[in-house]
Amino acid sequence: MASLVIAEHKDGALIPATLHAVTAAAEVGGPVHVLVAGSGSQAIADAAAKIAGVEKVLHADSAEYANPLAENLAPLVVKTADAYDAVLATATTFGKNLMPRIAALMDLQQISEIVEVVGADTFVRPIYAGNAMATVQSSDPKKLITVRATGFDAAAAEGGSAAVEAVDAAGDQGLSSFIGQELSKSERPELTSAKIVISGGRGMQSGENFPMLEKIADKLGAAVGASRAAVDAGFVPNDYQVGQTGKIVAPELYIAVGISGAIQHLAGMKDSKVIVAINKDEEAPIFQVADYGIVGDLFKIVPELEQELG
Amino acid sequence: MKVLVAVKRVVDYNVKIRVKADQTGVETQNVKMSMNPFDEIGVEEAIRLKEAGTATEVVAVSLGVQQCQETLRTALAMGADRGIHVKTDEELQPLAVAKLLKAVVDKEAPELVILGKQAIDDDANQTGQMLSALLGWSQGTFASEIAPENGTLHVTREIDGGLEKVDLKMPAVVTTDLRLNEPRYASLPNIMKAKKKPIDTMEPGDLGVDIAPRLTTLKVEEPPKREAGIKVETVSDLVDKLKNEAKVI
Repeated sequence: MASLVIAEHKDGALIPATLHAVTAAAEVGGPVHVLVAGSGSQAIADAAAKIAGVEKVLHADSAEYANPLAENLAPLVVKTADAYDAVLATATTFGKNLMPRIAALMDLQQISEIVEVVGADTFVRPIYAGNAMATVQSSDPKKLITVRATGFDAAAAEGGSAAVEAVDAAGDQGLSSFIGQELSKSERPELTSAKIVISGGRGMQSGENFPMLEKIADKLGAAVGASRAAVDAGFVPNDYQVGQTGKIVAPELYIAVGISGAIQHLAGMKDSKVIVAINKDEEAPIFQVADYGIVGDLFKIVPELEQELG
Repeated sequence: MKVLVAVKRVVDYNVKIRVKADQTGVETQNVKMSMNPFDEIGVEEAIRLKEAGTATEVVAVSLGVQQCQETLRTALAMGADRGIHVKTDEELQPLAVAKLLKAVVDKEAPELVILGKQAIDDDANQTGQMLSALLGWSQGTFASEIAPENGTLHVTREIDGGLEKVDLKMPAVVTTDLRLNEPRYASLPNIMKAKKKPIDTMEPGDLGVDIAPRLTTLKVEEPPKREAGIKVETVSDLVDKLKNEAKVI
């Protein structure tokens, strides 16, 4: 057995979710190797070599990997994957975009968003927005897997000393070109890796009220999220969205403010360690999953909370 | 330009699903079934392209049991021109679906195929990317905006942290995200008209595709249940509990 993890990186650094994929790969079967494809990406390959438990880093550095276009990355992974029994990537938009393309080229049925490794060919994955958990067994000769980060601990970013081996690029396929990105700028931690998340829902009434949550976020070192209702109402941009169709988070502490707790939202946050709900409706379903709830007017409670936190 | 849209019949998104007691799956008997919401967005986008004069014909494809024809009728009532039903009672996994769709694409030769980014039953998020790979085409996944122009498709994609813009060489495969559009409701006259629109039926064998599943579902269970906690009266109580009981701040 040997497993290959496809590293996801941005702005010259590894995305934390990659560390969770390394843990999953070790459970599927080691040794674990990591493929870093990028342009001017030596620092990223060096960082991957330091991940605890990684034995080798394959590094493809070429202009066509400057941006993560699936059309260009897939042939590289296909020719690299020969030596491995399993290939894993993060179940982020990067991995979700790329992995099925690889799977089809290799005639493999991918296993999406696993949260548990039962054995080398058997995995647990959520279906129906997390309302059911399926245990599936693959009969394919190789396993192509995306990993839901919240299901696995992060491997230590330091402690390893893997060799970095250069691999040849596979060339620009000429099918697609990268035009640009518009990323939300934030000083706060990224939603999916934050230890504390505070989210607002329809009860926030307007985007102008979100600074109330931001003040608390800054005191706690938290990320700010939102329910789909708040995003659809235009209060905040859509990358704030926590839920089945948004981001899946599992922080130490999740504070839901003015969020009723629709199934689709719960699917994105119910694995949080501690959940706090602030809502004026005593019957709101969010209270059924909350460890601590306060019933009342959020416009009174949130400022009080900010004061209490000092 | 001809546009092909794929539509899947799934448990309606408003239904609270029940796991079967024998753990073989999720109850689908006597449960309301509808078109996968992301596919509805795909149908809407194709129809808008036709209304804008960009698309000449919209063909809807569905794969699976006989009742998939109802899903196709919904697409036809929204405005698709004709339907194709690949009929089978066997379980279809994404790779098999992609292979069947490739065979249909080979016959129909569309310049654009639009699919939902994922189906809300198996949540696999694979078929569009797989189809694109099998065809050797470009892919624009999780699209929130598309604009064809002289053989190039400008696509805005929803990615973690924001938006990404790519240009795709056509023909292309696109998968829809929620904000691409808001699908219309079919009007009664259009529902009536849809009954007369043609649906072509075929079987996987006719397309020469092996649909044997590669994944076996060993069991399906309820997710671990979270117990409701306590209500606290004051904010200072809450902060105290978070500091001293839960120890998370």
